Amino acid sequence: MAAVHPAIGRVVLDERDIARALTRISHEILERNRGAADLVLLGIPTRGVPLAERLATRIRDVEAEAVPYGSLDITPYRDDLRLRPARALEHTEIPTTGVDGKVVVLVDDVLFSGRTIRAALDALSDLGRPTAIQLAVLVDRGHRELPIRADFVGKNLPTSVVEHVRLALTEVDGRDEVVIADRSRETED
Amino acid sequence: MDRHLLSASDLSSDDAALVLDTAEEMRSVAERPIKKLPTLRGRTVVNLFFEDSTRTRISFEVAAKRLSADTINFTAKGSSVSKGESLKDTALTLQAIGADAVVVRHHDSGAPHRLAHAGWIDGSVVNAGDGTHEHPTQALLDAFTMRRHLGDLKGRRIVIVGDVLHSRVARSNALLLSTLGAEVTLVGPPTLLPVGVERWPVEISYDLDQALAKCDAVMMLRVQKERMNASYFPSAREYARRYGLDTRRMALLPEHAVVLHPGPMNRGMEITADVADAARSLIVEQVTNGVAIRMAVLYLLLSGAPPDSRLRDGGGLDGVENDHEPAIAGAAEEGAS
Repeated sequence: MAAVHPAIGRVVLDERDIARALTRISHEILERNRGAADLVLLGIPTRGVPLAERLATRIRDVEAEAVPYGSLDITPYRDDLRLRPARALEHTEIPTTGVDGKVVVLVDDVLFSGRTIRAALDALSDLGRPTAIQLAVLVDRGHRELPIRADFVGKNLPTSVVEHVRLALTEVDGRDEVVIADRSRETED
Repeated sequence: MDRHLLSASDLSSDDAALVLDTAEEMRSVAERPIKKLPTLRGRTVVNLFFEDSTRTRISFEVAAKRLSADTINFTAKGSSVSKGESLKDTALTLQAIGADAVVVRHHDSGAPHRLAHAGWIDGSVVNAGDGTHEHPTQALLDAFTMRRHLGDLKGRRIVIVGDVLHSRVARSNALLLSTLGAEVTLVGPPTLLPVGVERWPVEISYDLDQALAKCDAVMMLRVQKERMNASYFPSAREYARRYGLDTRRMALLPEHAVVLHPGPMNRGMEITADVADAARSLIVEQVTNGVAIRMAVLYLLLSGAPPDSRLRDGGGLDGVENDHEPAIAGAAEEGAS
């Protein structure tokens, strides 16, 4: 751990750390909800979606019960749409069970300002009325701008606002790791 | 994507794919309990219709409302246009009201282009059909409908039949479908093919039966009697016999091929009633998809920053890390800040 990658920054979680964190979160979700009944996992694109799928797999392995999972695109609900050129929409896929009367666990990669989650709550309320909504994130890096907190956190990562936290996942990026980079060193971002 | 949508040729194949993919997501909004997104809240969309329309006007209105935009419907009948007000003065009025987008249908080819580029209004202009020129959102919804049934349109054979001369739908479709890589064949009486059609990216044929046998989709055009000031064919009966789609001709189509018509139909003229109501006819679905396409177009034109604004993401406005989704107009900055 803590290997410094000159090009991309400091690796704070490697593949095995991520695996352990997800396993723990899946157990915590089951403990909190006393099992997997009525659970629905919704990942926020891009990287929340494979995380939701991985959590669903782990929960199935523990409980021998399949948990419906899907994806929830928050783009139309963002509060910063007008600050940038139009954005492409991501895919929303709600499991056939729907969200009414379910406990929905939102899954995202990095919790930062909280604005994504605010948008996700709005998006969800247009889709139905869950019994409860919980939030699972792999990394909480602080600097909240809204009164939002996560119920399940893989790793609390104290960061400076100017730093940049990046999660790579095998499904999207070909490898699993969380990296902190100094924004000032980045050229493209 | 450009700020206006005036012609199907404004769209690169990436732009077209983006509109179609966005429409795919927009279509699912119609299946939700709350058929509405808050995305265009506080924006005003004016439907400026100088020519009669059912489908297109309602479709744009529903699309704008589903995105939470305010809509104003302006039709030439019952407005000051019937007292002789010019397009310019109408445009200046809309600008004064604060229209963010003007969806315009006009009986003169080029009117939307004039509206977009004369400097009368700041908003986006969407061409909803101008004269015999173009109708890009119709072409997009046709492509969308065909793509849903046939998959990728690259290399697909599409036959467009009938009154090409007066059809803005045919022109927009020929342009868009060739951008998407489809092979388009126009079939119609020589009198109803426009001058210069040989420079279009299409094949021309006068033998409908032959063209039908190997096509993936056939699009029947309405015979636009209201635009015909001369006799382009001997009789309706003869037209129907040579260029109409009836049950016998439908049987010539390959198993998977689909039938489209932009509406309104002249049943018994270019298409018989039993073909129009057949299972492979997608005419009703075209209307449903029209709403999704217009939502996608309005979303892509209106949801982002105004093109002249230099507002940059100053920091703390965005909570998404790893936010690599492509910004449409090519902004390279990262989502997180």
